[in-house]
Amino acid sequence: MSIKLGVPSKGRLMEKTFDWFGARGVQLSRTGSDREYAGAVEGVDGVELVLLSAGEIPRELAAGRIHLGVTGTDLVREKLGQWEQQVAELALLGFGHADLIIAVPGCWADVDTLEDLDAAAAAFRETHGFRMRIATKYHRLVREFLRDNGVADYQLVDSQGATEGTIKNMTAEGVADITSTGDTLRANHLKILSDALVLKSQATLFKSRKAAMTDAERATMKALLQKLELDG
Amino acid sequence: MAQKSKIRARAAALAAGFEAAGAVPVETPVLLPAEALLDLYGEDIRGRAYVTSDALRGEQMLRPDFTVPVVQMHMAHGAEPARYTYAGEVFRRQEDDPARANEYMQVGYEVFDRENPAASDAEVFAVIQDALKGVELRAATGDIGILAAAVAGLETTEHRKRALARHIWRPRKFKALLERFAGRSEVPASRAALLAADVPMAHGYSDIGLRSQTEVAARIDALREDAAAEPISALQVELIEALLAVRETLPNALEHIRDLAVDMPAISGAARRLRERMEALDARGVDVARLEFEASYGRTSMEYYDGFVFGFYVPGRADLPAVATGGRYDALTQVLGQGREIPAVGGVIRPGVLVDLEDAA
Repeated sequence: MSIKLGVPSKGRLMEKTFDWFGARGVQLSRTGSDREYAGAVEGVDGVELVLLSAGEIPRELAAGRIHLGVTGTDLVREKLGQWEQQVAELALLGFGHADLIIAVPGCWADVDTLEDLDAAAAAFRETHGFRMRIATKYHRLVREFLRDNGVADYQLVDSQGATEGTIKNMTAEGVADITSTGDTLRANHLKILSDALVLKSQATLFKSRKAAMTDAERATMKALLQKLELDG
Repeated sequence: MAQKSKIRARAAALAAGFEAAGAVPVETPVLLPAEALLDLYGEDIRGRAYVTSDALRGEQMLRPDFTVPVVQMHMAHGAEPARYTYAGEVFRRQEDDPARANEYMQVGYEVFDRENPAASDAEVFAVIQDALKGVELRAATGDIGILAAAVAGLETTEHRKRALARHIWRPRKFKALLERFAGRSEVPASRAALLAADVPMAHGYSDIGLRSQTEVAARIDALREDAAAEPISALQVELIEALLAVRETLPNALEHIRDLAVDMPAISGAARRLRERMEALDARGVDVARLEFEASYGRTSMEYYDGFVFGFYVPGRADLPAVATGGRYDALTQVLGQGREIPAVGGVIRPGVLVDLEDAA
């Protein structure tokens, strides 16, 4: 058997992950056709590359079906309860930087802080008869953040993509989403609240605390981490 | 954790006791329409309740408590006054602590009666305490109505009083708002700039979304009005803080609160109701001289309790959930009654916790 390493299956996150491992003497590559999700590992024996959607990697780590996985801190904290007991952070990889923030229309001249958001939400509910809607896919993180910061009279509406467009389409009043530069937000006439940084995220190598290992796999893990110059 | 069959038997015995006390047994659905619960509790309920859905009825929640369905049932076709009992599972989503149960039994006793609130409060407390007889427990009591009355009586703008009343159940936010309105915290730079601007609405952004520029202008007006209003005085803040710090036996707490009412006449009515409740508890045979009263008690629990609140706890076992909790929820019946209301008070026992305690004894 082998140590299973889960890596995002496409895009810049995959390429940068390959680069990060490559720079440390472990070559990862996709094999077969462009469309086939199969991969190879060179530079260390007994490691198997598993290409997965970044969003599924936290779940696979928690289930112990992969031993190591690269994904964003945001996804691990959103998807895993008591995440520290299920996975361990081995290394911050220095790319895939993104902030989970809360943004509202720039035309809301009266709203800049969470205190403003809460007061505006109260008035909104009185005027419109329903709670102010915040579109997001990070339900747990955002709900905990808003609760801790005393914001009430809001509701989360699910948005799995094109979240910034929900306000113009009148399906939400605010958004909670990942941004790296803020360009998409500005292009959609939104501004970021000054004190609503929910989470700073970056691509991170996680180790599962749930995956069982044989003696041989333990040796492989040790060799791999040594090569990567990490403490397991 | 005791066997389910044993917990069921204990629940049935408790419900039989509540029936003997005059309650009518009722059943409620396990799946509740999510809308009513969300409207009542807000987004926080999603963190506490399991949500499911189908294409026909939309979002449904697995019953997180019995209060809402029992109130709905009573408002729809209940005669007054009424006493109900129920026994069944409730479901609580757990995202952080695997040791906490996500499914457990509750047995409840609810009183809907307009006549004598103090007597109803005392009745529910005494009936629950009686059902727990034989187990060594610590009772905690409080009264959300006293703080609400103190807020309503503050010498400040209606706007500020409403903002504070809205956050009574969020102690940290309540404190931050009180400090803001007392002029004790620094005004955020962005707000200072907004208030100083000649044309605060000039922002260079497109006007998008459902919240209109009229609403934005109204809030800026409210902020201006607030900035012009006198801060809440240091004395008034001290009185609220002194009230929140009250924590002693009920007779002493009552004396303390009546002393505070000399400077805070707005709480006189609430203090009188506290005395009436104490007398009613005494008449029911509750040892009021040793009963604990804590003015802040119940502020972090569910938002619907707005008067008397109580709980029974295992001494020295902060890790165990309360064996029983309850309180008055008049405002909830207003929200669910669509124009009608009925004073209501009730409590629940967790037979599972009780059985564990009895087994360990």
